[in-house]
Amino acid sequence: MVKITKKEVEYVAHLARLDCSEEEKDIFTSQLNDILGYMEILNAVETAGVEPMNHALVLNNVLREDIMTESLGAERALDNAPDRDGEYFRVPRVID
Amino acid sequence: MSLNELTIHDMRSRLAAGEVTSVEVLEAVYDRINVVDGTINAYTSLMKESAYEAADRADRDLKDGRLKPLSGVPVAVKDILCTEGTRTSCGSRMLEHFIPPYDATVIRRLKEAGAVFVGKTNMDEFAMGSSNETSYFGVTRNPWDRDRIPGGSSGGSAAAVIADECIAAVGSDTGGSIRQPAAHCGVVGLKPTYGRVSRYGLIAFASSLDQVGPLTKDVEDTAIMMNVLAGHDAADSTSVPHPVPDYRENLSRGIEGWTVGIPREYFIEGIDPEITGAIDGVVRTMESLGAECREISLPHSQYCVAAYYIIAPAEASSNLARYDGVRYGFRSSGGETLLDSYKATRSAGFGAEVKRRIMIGTYSLSAGYYDAYYKKASQVRALIKTDFDDAFRTCDVILTPTTPTPAFRIGEKVDDPLQMYLTDIFTLSINLAGVPALSLPCGYSTAGLPLGAQLIAHHFREDKLIQAAAAVESRLPLEKRRPGI
Amino acid sequence: MEYEPIIGLEVHAQLLTESKIFCGCSTRFGAAPNSNTCPVCLGMPGVLPVLNRKVVEYAIKMALATHCRINRVNSFARKNYFYPDLPKGYQISQYAEPLAEKGHIDIEYDGTRKTIGITRIHMEEDAGKSIHEEDGDSTYVDLNRTGVPLIEIVSEPDMRGPAEGAAYLRRLHEILVYLEICDGNMEEGSFRCDANVSVRPRGTETFGTRTELKNMNSFRNVQLALDYEIQRQIDCLEGGGTVIQETRLWDAQGRVTHSMRGKEEAHDYRYFPEPDLVPVVISPEWIDDVQRGLPELPLEKRDRFVREYGIPPYDAGVLTASRALADYFEEVAKGTGQPKTASNWVMGSVLAAVKEEKIEIAEIPVSSEALAAMIAAIADGTISGKIAKDVFDDMWRTGKDPRVIIEEKGLAQIDDAGAVDAAVDEVLIAHPAQLAEYRAGKEKLFGFFVGQVMKRTQGKANPQIVNDILKKKLLKQ
Repeated sequence: MVKITKKEVEYVAHLARLDCSEEEKDIFTSQLNDILGYMEILNAVETAGVEPMNHALVLNNVLREDIMTESLGAERALDNAPDRDGEYFRVPRVID
Repeated sequence: MSLNELTIHDMRSRLAAGEVTSVEVLEAVYDRINVVDGTINAYTSLMKESAYEAADRADRDLKDGRLKPLSGVPVAVKDILCTEGTRTSCGSRMLEHFIPPYDATVIRRLKEAGAVFVGKTNMDEFAMGSSNETSYFGVTRNPWDRDRIPGGSSGGSAAAVIADECIAAVGSDTGGSIRQPAAHCGVVGLKPTYGRVSRYGLIAFASSLDQVGPLTKDVEDTAIMMNVLAGHDAADSTSVPHPVPDYRENLSRGIEGWTVGIPREYFIEGIDPEITGAIDGVVRTMESLGAECREISLPHSQYCVAAYYIIAPAEASSNLARYDGVRYGFRSSGGETLLDSYKATRSAGFGAEVKRRIMIGTYSLSAGYYDAYYKKASQVRALIKTDFDDAFRTCDVILTPTTPTPAFRIGEKVDDPLQMYLTDIFTLSINLAGVPALSLPCGYSTAGLPLGAQLIAHHFREDKLIQAAAAVESRLPLEKRRPGI
Repeated sequence: MEYEPIIGLEVHAQLLTESKIFCGCSTRFGAAPNSNTCPVCLGMPGVLPVLNRKVVEYAIKMALATHCRINRVNSFARKNYFYPDLPKGYQISQYAEPLAEKGHIDIEYDGTRKTIGITRIHMEEDAGKSIHEEDGDSTYVDLNRTGVPLIEIVSEPDMRGPAEGAAYLRRLHEILVYLEICDGNMEEGSFRCDANVSVRPRGTETFGTRTELKNMNSFRNVQLALDYEIQRQIDCLEGGGTVIQETRLWDAQGRVTHSMRGKEEAHDYRYFPEPDLVPVVISPEWIDDVQRGLPELPLEKRDRFVREYGIPPYDAGVLTASRALADYFEEVAKGTGQPKTASNWVMGSVLAAVKEEKIEIAEIPVSSEALAAMIAAIADGTISGKIAKDVFDDMWRTGKDPRVIIEEKGLAQIDDAGAVDAAVDEVLIAHPAQLAEYRAGKEKLFGFFVGQVMKRTQGKANPQIVNDILKKKLLKQ
């Protein structure tokens, strides 16, 4: 039975850029364990040699021609921006 | 009968005969919304101004002798489809103020067919849910019993249709989100074959599973809607250039000589006996129509919940990474560093169910777990699809219940996510395999709640679904009731 | 202890398509911020990617030019991470099924040739630009560049020193530009390079721990950065320390590499197959089609010039610096049947003028036909080599045909022995002192007399005839 630890929950939350309160972490740890524990049922299925199915389709080579089409324009592109500065999106400085 | 109670086909004949105008029908719809939606909460926003303009245009078109497939028809749109210039929230605080600068392809197609958009309907946040309880804009109540869920995630659309708050609606289905609310609300809901209807402009939940489909008052309306929605779209690389038949031609062909498969795996313990009883009724009806019903096996059915709840959250965790507060949507005011800003925004912008699924998805894709979870689930998915391919060699359609129980109470399963996930057990395999399926009202529980039967067909055989559903609908001794709201 | 560096290079090349890889926005550099964007490349809710056919074609071209094996089926994957200029929170790239693998190119380094392996070539989309405020707390994001098509070319760790690394980069750059699929502009970011570097004691087999180097924006900086990092690692090991696997940034000002540790731990990209795109199947017919459209590549062309035209490798190198220049030279060489002369003129007068006026080869005002005609006029004696230089300058300035210029200015060589004879006589009569000195033994004055005859004939006397007649007359007493 794979147990996901609280530490792993913290790591996953960080990967997903989510903040969790201590209480949330506990709830998530327990719920995730239930859910992932349930997933163990898949181990009973024989899948050796089965190609993973990524698409419900048998479509290939969907391509478009290299033709330029109209852009939205900076105004419309920035219209929904929570924080803009002139023609740029602004965010808190990235610490490199 | 008031005008908002019309079906699409009834409205079209009345329009053509000059008995009603589009504006009149629209007025009746908005009157009804005024009366009931305070309780039901099917809508997140109304589009009155543009709706009246469109209704007006439809009436003028009619005067000029132009009757388009959906001229003047008031359609409700699940708030997961981008509508240019109109707020599209996806049921989330994250997009509470988002105004798309473009229309989804299906919206464009509906517009070109003359449809009138009544408003955007409520839904589980980012389509993640089976009860419409996770919406940021409050729960939607089942018009049959306001203490019960309407189903989800297209709960708003289903409720709007049965409460006659629209003539027809559009929803989306990733794991049952059209069919299950259709069953719980007593309407017809169809999930098309994956690739049949364009996903461009459909806010993505799980890209390899999502499809847009209609929710309607009867099967004829389903056919009319599918004629407009289906078809290839160059903007969607997963849209298939398969020709679209006129689905109305399947409405009266019957199912004489058909083979209907009944998968034994779908008749398990825990199903409400009233549902199995109703399905028996459908079997008898189909037999009386000349079809042969026989037991089949879909051996990998039991694995669908596990496979789905790895694949869907994995894709969702990636699809929802774009909600970071940079270019659109909610941005938390906390957060001095970029990292803090991301975390504060996403934690406050998303509800608990969305976060939970993002966590599951992120975990199952992360280093060291990909093979054990995502890859394994994808392999099981292939086997589930093969089950259907095998079954359809001998069956025209497959019949199952849509849900294991009628609509449960609001709040009943909210604290136990796993239990909530298990209620999707009959609908998930269909999305995993990419086949089309339809839920048809087939009875009422003793408590007066609608019960739904699910018909499944092979890829691109929506024609067979409509043909079977229409036949059953015409013969099934089902009382036409309306919720007493 | 002697150490051997192991170097692998990763190049990202922007492809010269009209539109982006997954949407129709323009790829043009230098547009006003966020003006070349649309819902798709902005990563708005509900949008979907559609692959640009030309991107695949260009990628196939590069794969063929580098002798890669092209995978019949290749597919896209999502590379997930958060960054403000990555709108979707993932980059659409290729992971498990790249376009091409296992190729090689030959590089020339210190007079020898070496083969460098290419691990893989794959297609992906570029991200936008983040501009960090120097002393402020903001980062500004411009998404014009998001979605510009890239090919990533990963080399095997086959290079054993910075100079080799630079040679590899130059070859790769030259091929990309020759194929006309990339403009190779490092300053504008259309050709970018990251390096993986490690060291090991000479003679051992196992690879040491490697670091990744980023932020080198010119060939020179790549070489400097590699030099520095190799030494840093050696110093570290000699001092008893261990090399840590990390990403380091090259600081061109301070000429050092800085660790990026503390910014992010190793990324967990959570690659999985891109569900919004279908596989790309490349048929043998498609490959043949692209193959037929391939130009002769630089190294092959150089070798052929040496073989066919008998010119030295160095000259061949200069003349094939660009396809346009090579074509120009070849037209002149074929037109005159005198490749060596053609190469002298192109490498000499033509390139000098090009450099002086800072123009492109396509802008050279002297057509290859005109230059060829001029060279023919020297060959058939119409003009002397010296006069030809004036003719060339005139052609450059006026664009006129050389024969017209020779005619108009009466520059034709004087071959008439009688006329030369008369001029020689005049010169000898005019300079009796020098004549006496010469006859007394000062043989150096021969050149003086030649010069005077040329002056008297406005430089047009056939030098050979001048020599012959002068000799005869000077000897006479």
